Amino acid sequence: MLYWNLFVAFFIPGILGYGGGPASIPLIENEVVQRFEWMTVKEFSEVLALSNSLPGPLATKMAGYIGYEVGGPIGAAVAVFATVAPSLILMILLLGFLYKYKDSPKVKRLTLYVRPVIAILLGLMAWRFFADSYEGIGIWQTAFLIVASYLLLERFKIHPAFVILGTLVYGGFVL
Amino acid sequence: MHNKRGAKEKQNNGKHHLHLFLGFFRVGVLGYGGGPGSIPLIHKEVVDKYGWLSDEEFGDILALANTLPGPIATKLAGYIGQRIAGVMGMINAILSVIMPTIVLMIVLLASLSSIRDFDWVSGMTAAVIPVVGVMLAVLTWQFFEKAGQGIGWIKAIVMSAVILVLLELAGVHPGIIIGALIIAALVKRDGDRSAEGEES
Repeated sequence: MLYWNLFVAFFIPGILGYGGGPASIPLIENEVVQRFEWMTVKEFSEVLALSNSLPGPLATKMAGYIGYEVGGPIGAAVAVFATVAPSLILMILLLGFLYKYKDSPKVKRLTLYVRPVIAILLGLMAWRFFADSYEGIGIWQTAFLIVASYLLLERFKIHPAFVILGTLVYGGFVL
Repeated sequence: MHNKRGAKEKQNNGKHHLHLFLGFFRVGVLGYGGGPGSIPLIHKEVVDKYGWLSDEEFGDILALANTLPGPIATKLAGYIGQRIAGVMGMINAILSVIMPTIVLMIVLLASLSSIRDFDWVSGMTAAVIPVVGVMLAVLTWQFFEKAGQGIGWIKAIVMSAVILVLLELAGVHPGIIIGALIIAALVKRDGDRSAEGEES
């Protein structure tokens, strides 16, 4: 029953949470705090705060941690499965169908059509990251980090891993 | 691509699994800022480093992933894993991308006692956000350039402007826009040769 509840609690945000992480957070909160009462609002917001400052997808982190708290390793597995599986299965089916007709002019045209949208969506994401950073650490730090990381990544072609690790160290000492 | 070439296939499969693990593990531990933060890193691994997908395919997959609900990073990881090494590849890629941080969460929440510790973690990671923003911006430009080469600059700029207005001012969900474009691309009559992409 517990595992079933965990499945339901994360299946619903997984299906209704359009736009991934941020969109599904209030939905997860609704299930975890309001409906099943596994956590208080304060506990949930603490978990969310930490989740936000760690790498990796937000929704699966929440699912993994809350699932583990509520039902141990199996609970974690159930919650993560409920978060990830439904839309992934749909995606594999749809793309499988699409690649059957890979060479048809229609599919080629599709590639052309969606490019501008993807560019805009990525651009908006980038904008949001800059805006968050501006609110979080101020204009000068943000500007410095943007310029420095651009030079390192694009001019000197340093692997992102090293740039990100360097930034973590910088953040730990300076911010 | 699934060919029936016994021994070589097996050997390749082992290598694929190792690469899937390494690639998505890196994405999992470096992708700050949730799903969107992972996108440029996934692009780096699967297109630039391992050459599993072309830029075109990556764009298509990203578009479709955006129209479906649920977390984007795991959808991309799962699909790419499945394409490279079947169901086991899918599981491998997903676990590689999410496990490191879930374990970190559990350990940190068990050991962080005071709010001060939280602040310290936040300070470390706050610096990474603009860096991920830069990576996203670079990827944005790459896609925009491709769009310009593919459908012509004028068309690309007009389309982008319209999409931007719909998304930001009219508050239309991106999934709806992408869905509409996919349908438009599929139902339009063939034989229209006005839009030919560059063939790689």
